[in-house]
Amino acid sequence: MENQKSNRTIITVVGKDTVGIIAKICTYLSDNGINVNDISQTIVQGYFNMMMIVDFAASKKPFDQVQKELEELGKEIGVNVKCQKAEIFDMMHRI
Amino acid sequence: MPSIYEVEETNKMVEQENLDIRTITIGISLFDCMDADLDKCNEKIYKKITGVARDLVKVGTEIEKEYCIPIVNKRISVTPIATVGSACCKSPEDYVTIAHTLDRCAKELGVNFIGGYSAIVSKGMTTYDEYLIRSIPMAMRDTQFICSSVNVGSTKTGINMDAIRLMGEIVKETAELTKDNDSLGCAKLVVLCNAPDDNPFMAGAFHGITEADQIINVGISGPGVVKTALESVRGESFEVLCETIKKTAFKITRVGQLVAKEASEKLGIPFGIIDLSLAPTPAIGDSVADILHEIGLEYAGAPGTTAALAMLNDQVKKGGVMASSYVGGLSGAFIPVSEDQGMIDAVEAGALTIEKLEAMTCVCSVGLDMIAIPGDTPATTIAGMIADEAALGMINQKTTAARLIPVIGKTVGDNVEFGGLLGHAPVMPVNSYSCAEFVNRKGRIPAPIHSFKN
Repeated sequence: MENQKSNRTIITVVGKDTVGIIAKICTYLSDNGINVNDISQTIVQGYFNMMMIVDFAASKKPFDQVQKELEELGKEIGVNVKCQKAEIFDMMHRI
Repeated sequence: MPSIYEVEETNKMVEQENLDIRTITIGISLFDCMDADLDKCNEKIYKKITGVARDLVKVGTEIEKEYCIPIVNKRISVTPIATVGSACCKSPEDYVTIAHTLDRCAKELGVNFIGGYSAIVSKGMTTYDEYLIRSIPMAMRDTQFICSSVNVGSTKTGINMDAIRLMGEIVKETAELTKDNDSLGCAKLVVLCNAPDDNPFMAGAFHGITEADQIINVGISGPGVVKTALESVRGESFEVLCETIKKTAFKITRVGQLVAKEASEKLGIPFGIIDLSLAPTPAIGDSVADILHEIGLEYAGAPGTTAALAMLNDQVKKGGVMASSYVGGLSGAFIPVSEDQGMIDAVEAGALTIEKLEAMTCVCSVGLDMIAIPGDTPATTIAGMIADEAALGMINQKTTAARLIPVIGKTVGDNVEFGGLLGHAPVMPVNSYSCAEFVNRKGRIPAPIHSFKN
């Protein structure tokens, strides 16, 4: 369980809405063995805002490489992709 | 599971409100480096520090990446060098060789500062304490990464006025020897009263003799986050104001706790304390003065400033202690002048004087901090200002400090540029009446009575 917890990662995608953002990110994740646990998404004034909770347990690549590649993928699509371990949010918002 | 709004809030704090971890500081005991031979002592110090802290910068960078939170500084604090060098240093020059060794360690490891070029002389000074103190100006001239501090008093022991008189001269001499850099040496030299053993913040950090062999202490920051949170409660009651500060302090501290635990695990060094301080930087919006402005003061220094600051400081602590079981160090709002754009603005507007700053230091961390004063200020006057701060600390049972910078060749109205986190500052006027006869008396001020508190 403890190990599972530290594999939990939050991916946030922010940027101008365009066709296929989720598809491209999810394709990358599935190609690399990263499981998506939850997705929530909003669009405010044409701006796309998505958060995914993913699990790195079976990831084929190390965390920092995925982080880098997702950032590059984001640049190609024209959005900002951020990849962070989930504990920072749990710590800040849960007692 | 975190919600999209919580994730957004956290990331906004980092991206727009300057939330960061100010420092991961490894405290390292150098007791086992003591030796009767100076060269051997230096060699042992070098080996121990570069051994214990070899992964500090790497681990810091890893944590930054994993959580997308900046860790501004990676630092080291060591056992007060006056003690470490006591067996082998026969002159101030001998102590300077240790400063060189520490500087070499900092360069090798890529850390931002090493603190602990210090002497604890709250009651009396030994010969070796005096050698170290007299070596400070040379050490500050010759090194880049070393911070120095001298503890000259405490609530339990009273104030060592002989040490304060000496420090007045040492501050002046340090300014003189580093005058080519706007007397920058004085920005890395602080005189303390009631110095804590586990403070991760510079320039006052040292690894106290009560501490374990190695320890991780983390200092948090985040005045910008508090300020932004307060923007949403303009005009509300004090109850709402206090609640908002507490909640924000809680959140910031939790991030510090996470980083501290993570660093401790990765480095295999036990976790010591979180220092819950609001530490400003010269960046726009990262200012304690701006919080005071948001609370309702036209400028920091206006009447009501001391009350507002007292409340702010107390609420930060109340929120923070819930977030971490081990709170220590200085823990409070810092009010350094040159490192806080809002403070600089207040000084330039004529709203903030040294006397008001002194009053403010009664209710918050830490003291007369990063204040540029005219270069021709007499050493006795500097000693008098240090004594005033020490007295506040001694009587109020709190840490106080003075980090005064007599900028050689500059006077009131001039500006001084220190660069980086140290910022820039207008030279402030100092009361020009003499305290020489007072300061020149020998001995110490006795410890205060602990009853009849009026």
